[in-house]
Amino acid sequence: MNRREFAKLMGVSAVALSGIPLGITRAAGQTKGGTLNTIIQPEPPILVTALNQQQPTLTLGGKIYESLLRYSTDLKPMPGIAQSWEVSPDGLTYTFKLFPGITFHDGKPLTSEDVAFSMTKMLPETHARARAIYSRIDKAETPDPLTVIFKMKAPFAPFLTALDCTTGPIVPKHIYDGSDYRKNPANAQAIGSGPFKLKEWVKGSHVHLVRHEGYYRKDEPYLDEVIYRIIPDAASRSLALEQGKIQLTQWNDIEFYDVARLSKLPNYEMTTKGYEYFAPHQWLELNNRVKPMDDKRFRQAIAHALDLKSMAQRVYFGMPKIATGPVSSKTRFYEKDVKRYDYSIEKAKALLDEMGLKPGPDGKRVTLKYLIPPYGEVYQRAGEFIRQTLGRVGIDIQLENTDVGGWAEKFSNWDYEMTGNLVYQYGDPALGVSRTYISSNIKKGILFSNTAGYSNPEVDRLFDEAASATDDAKRQELYSKVQKILVEDVPVVWMFEAAYPTFIDKRLKNVTSTGVGVHESFSSVSFG
Amino acid sequence: MTSASINSGGRVFAVALALAGWFVKFVAVVLVIATFNFILVHAAPGDPAQVIAGQSGASDEKLLAQLRAEYGLDKPYPIQLANYLKRVVTLDLGYSYRQQRTVASLILERLPATLLLTATAFTLALLSGIILGTLAGVRAGKWSDTLLTIVSLLLYATPVFWLGLMLVLLFSVQLDWLPAFGYVTIGVPMTTLQRMGDIGMHLILPAVSLAAVYLAIYTRLMRSSVLDVTHQDFIKTAKAKGLKQGRIIIRHILRNAMLPIVTVAGMQAGALVGGAVVIETVFAWPGLGRLIYDALLQRDYPVLLGVFLVMSVIVIALNLLTDAIYRVIDPRVSVRAAS
Repeated sequence: MNRREFAKLMGVSAVALSGIPLGITRAAGQTKGGTLNTIIQPEPPILVTALNQQQPTLTLGGKIYESLLRYSTDLKPMPGIAQSWEVSPDGLTYTFKLFPGITFHDGKPLTSEDVAFSMTKMLPETHARARAIYSRIDKAETPDPLTVIFKMKAPFAPFLTALDCTTGPIVPKHIYDGSDYRKNPANAQAIGSGPFKLKEWVKGSHVHLVRHEGYYRKDEPYLDEVIYRIIPDAASRSLALEQGKIQLTQWNDIEFYDVARLSKLPNYEMTTKGYEYFAPHQWLELNNRVKPMDDKRFRQAIAHALDLKSMAQRVYFGMPKIATGPVSSKTRFYEKDVKRYDYSIEKAKALLDEMGLKPGPDGKRVTLKYLIPPYGEVYQRAGEFIRQTLGRVGIDIQLENTDVGGWAEKFSNWDYEMTGNLVYQYGDPALGVSRTYISSNIKKGILFSNTAGYSNPEVDRLFDEAASATDDAKRQELYSKVQKILVEDVPVVWMFEAAYPTFIDKRLKNVTSTGVGVHESFSSVSFG
Repeated sequence: MTSASINSGGRVFAVALALAGWFVKFVAVVLVIATFNFILVHAAPGDPAQVIAGQSGASDEKLLAQLRAEYGLDKPYPIQLANYLKRVVTLDLGYSYRQQRTVASLILERLPATLLLTATAFTLALLSGIILGTLAGVRAGKWSDTLLTIVSLLLYATPVFWLGLMLVLLFSVQLDWLPAFGYVTIGVPMTTLQRMGDIGMHLILPAVSLAAVYLAIYTRLMRSSVLDVTHQDFIKTAKAKGLKQGRIIIRHILRNAMLPIVTVAGMQAGALVGGAVVIETVFAWPGLGRLIYDALLQRDYPVLLGVFLVMSVIVIALNLLTDAIYRVIDPRVSVRAAS
């Protein structure tokens, strides 16, 4: 007896239970039609990515809002709504040509006016990360509806890497201009120009997107619908995948301990690609203001004492790559030729002895508190591993638990000793790396600033120079230099280039074809 | 004093007086609860602005200041509390800036799903608990009593999320009889009747899981209560009168044994509204429990306070209802004695 027969037995019409009809029709090349069922968790508060940049909002909003450019997996710019672009030799003028015929979901055309409004008026007001980048634009010119010219105040080389859909979503000027952005009643409708538009959002249950018929790219989108289901329980999410109720998972949807088991399912492919633009970098944050963590030798000792290889295996089931320094190997200007801290209890102990930090009668040299980041079960396990492995050299770790609100409050106000941190790099060290180390970004109360309190004038100077240099070779030289200094100083102990398991139904094409991966618009995704 | 000594006018007056008394108490309790909720909610470290920053991977002073001003968190606590109580008195639950919706609409949207789930589970647990407990009590010491006792103890000791997952594994994964999660099939056009049937199918597993623990409690309680009553004199009298066993159980034992069940059920009916968080999470059921849980993690104060308030009102109302039911079941409890 199957579900349909059981339903009949119960007197329930089986029509409703016959499953979702895929309705796929074969066309030349890629297959047209079909419904993609996937997961979103936790549930986003709103879908307007210009107003809220929480990860689920960005994943879902990427289908609704597009930006000037997209990026390949090696972070080369590709056409987004801009079909071509030019940079003046002095690095001060950027000219973008838009594709013709782009429309918003309400049918109104998208023009250079909307681009100029979004990037110079609305986003600098509502989007913290965009504000830091787009406030460098001196003025925007719109000579015709398909051309937008940005004049920069000073050269800022990473500008061309900061035009993805999570940083620069284009919103309709006719809806937002002159309104109170956050209170605009149109926020509920989430009007963008992306390949999918919002049909229905049943809070606590699902978000239903359907194709935007007026989409400007020929034949795209291929899918008819995308349904994001809200499944809060990890075990239930794994089950949904096993049962074939969903065709795609992303980010933390599947817990690491389930990956090996679920990878054996015949209908899915598991990949860790598609996160290159974000390149989430994971490290052990040490409050440099707290003794003995103010001593470089102590931080180096921790770097030697952490058995990262075995942690990657046991806690993360072999998924992540071990980080070698502040810049991810996926980010531009990565320098691999830096000092290495091999796992060595002897070297760690020698450094601690040299500092005069001798073990007491109980074998403990020092006791420090580790605030466990509240982002899921795996962080708890990571905390326990860190406690064990540092305990071997006499560094006694006490674990503290909290939730997101408590963690953010304590961490940002420097009321912590050690914690875990995970920061996106956004393709360029000037966008996602320097913020953790430069002195001007030591800001109490602000998360993802220089929370460790590390300060080195040479590092400040190098990061500053590299951000405004326009020549890539010059930038590489500066960034290589700063990476070497940082690895020697170990302001934080870099652990992993975090990897996330993306399970994709084997019939699906082009899901992780760009560096923005699951945040991408999905206009080219199709069933076969 | 017996009810015969009160004339009918006096009785109406007594009831009106009791009702007025209830109302004053009701309002006072609600206000105290509201104040307490406010203090409790704000005692947790962190605020919604920090949570949003923590989940956005970027933050700056302007963002935090904007969000705090928008949420009204830039004002001193006493003023925030006064504003909140003013809203409570005018029956305004407030506005969630985070979700850009009024709290009332958020709650109303979730309430039906939760009530459907908890009412079903509650009814299921109560009815079967009473029946099974009576059976066990009447057959005390026999093997069927032992079996029922063991099963109810097992159910009582089982964590509800585990039971839910096991039921899913059996009925959804192995047998494929019932849907594993959600409350309705998405993306399929349905008639109203089909939709009701579909929701019903989705309801079975979460309702049964939620009912299981309570079922165990009611069974145990009912059994001991029945045993207790069985040994009382009026049952012996009934037996001596030559009444049939079935009539004795229904008319005499059951009615008297019900009192403790009503007390406990009244208390638990309130808990059921909020206590469904775990089941709602496991089964992705879009109810009030998850709204509370999410609001708590996100420090969405207006939603949190709104839900707490609505729940306290429901609990108070259910307590009043319990009082009323006492009066129906047990004529010894009079309106005046209760007020």
